[in-house]
Amino acid sequence: MTTLHRAAGERFTLHLTLNGQRRSGEAEPRMLLCDFLRHELQAFGVHVGCEHGVCGACTVLLDGRAVRSCTQYAAQADGADIVTVEGLAEPGTLNEVQRAFAKHHALQCGFCTPGILCSVTHFLRDTPAPDEQQVRDMLSGHICRCTGYAPIVAAVLEAATAIRKGS
Amino acid sequence: MKPVAFDYYRPEAVSEALALLSEKGEEAAVLAGGMTLGPMLNLRVVRPRAVIDISRIQALKTITARSNIVVTGAGVVQSDALRANVIAREVPLLVMALPWVGHFQTRNRGTLGGSVAHADPSAEIPLALVVCDGAVVLQSRRRQRRVPAREFFLGALTTQRQPDEMVTALEWPRAAPDAGHAFTEIAQRHGDFAIAAAGCSLRLDKSGRLEELSLGVGGVESRPVAIDAKGFLGCSASDIAAGLCEHAAVSVTPMEDHSASADYRIALTRVLVERAVNDALAMARQRRDRLQ
Repeated sequence: MTTLHRAAGERFTLHLTLNGQRRSGEAEPRMLLCDFLRHELQAFGVHVGCEHGVCGACTVLLDGRAVRSCTQYAAQADGADIVTVEGLAEPGTLNEVQRAFAKHHALQCGFCTPGILCSVTHFLRDTPAPDEQQVRDMLSGHICRCTGYAPIVAAVLEAATAIRKGS
Repeated sequence: MKPVAFDYYRPEAVSEALALLSEKGEEAAVLAGGMTLGPMLNLRVVRPRAVIDISRIQALKTITARSNIVVTGAGVVQSDALRANVIAREVPLLVMALPWVGHFQTRNRGTLGGSVAHADPSAEIPLALVVCDGAVVLQSRRRQRRVPAREFFLGALTTQRQPDEMVTALEWPRAAPDAGHAFTEIAQRHGDFAIAAAGCSLRLDKSGRLEELSLGVGGVESRPVAIDAKGFLGCSASDIAAGLCEHAAVSVTPMEDHSASADYRIALTRVLVERAVNDALAMARQRRDRLQ
């Protein structure tokens, strides 16, 4: 048998790649991935909102895909390559998407922003020239209660153009 | 909002997962993408003693075209299915249903088999499987069996699956190249659970009469239902939509819950069936004209 078994309550060491660096921390089977990233690896850019996959605040890139980190467990991410908002640009700098968000005032309180930025990163890689409807469809997976979506849509569309010109 | 403590198992082969299921039975929950089980665990709606994580079983992630069917492994991720050429070509209805499933971020993790095994009354993938007249492959240590989708779903979150069985694959009949398809739904917000959904596949003969028709609605009853509309075969396609939507509206026994009354679900059935039939007709005409 090659089945991995972790008993309920058992503490174990978990290794994964976070923002390009090999990291490890302690988890137990029921620990949510978002809690592991925040509490064990201090990736505080992972925001935890609803804890049942609805609000999108905890969205991270897992092996390149934008996914919820609250509806999967740390144990599942053993060996995974994870990028959080901290890893989207060099520390102290902003990437094209982040610059467009600042320019268009696409964030107010900022709680939903890290998750949205992770989604946009994956989305623009798959859909480099989106139309507004496609952007709105992607954003339907994030709940923003203060900025309003119009500036976010404008920022994503402008970032898409900027990235296409730059590459 | 943390789950109860559970034993975590991560098998790498189907046989290992089946051995665990046969040992644990009802105490175990099978975890694939976790887009439905995850919330249920976190909300403690379910409290399994053991969670069997099948997300790393590579054998469950294959898409295979056979002579009459396309077989999707239970672990195929929804966004991968949406991008697969063979599915776009052979199972167009599934490609039309998938953009309605949750959101970009949940489709990146949720699986085809997970949605079917969970059997939410308003879920799109089960409805697409029912309209396509596909089948669910179940495996246990005792046997392997194949259950037609139209018999698999028994009610809300209830299926023919026995506690020691696992959904390992879905079988999708290949659609005819001249068939038209449509899928549509109404939800309070895009990506939310559908209050009602409709799917339709049909073919026309050379003179524009209805030759084949498959129609189903989801979210209306406690399970996705196929609507028997044999009486419409042979009718001229130009005037079937109105009759079909009335027929569908009287065929269903709608449920009532916090999001909609039974009357509202009947009204939606009428509207959505009409839209789906008209869209499928338009596609069938276009394809027929191109093939001629």
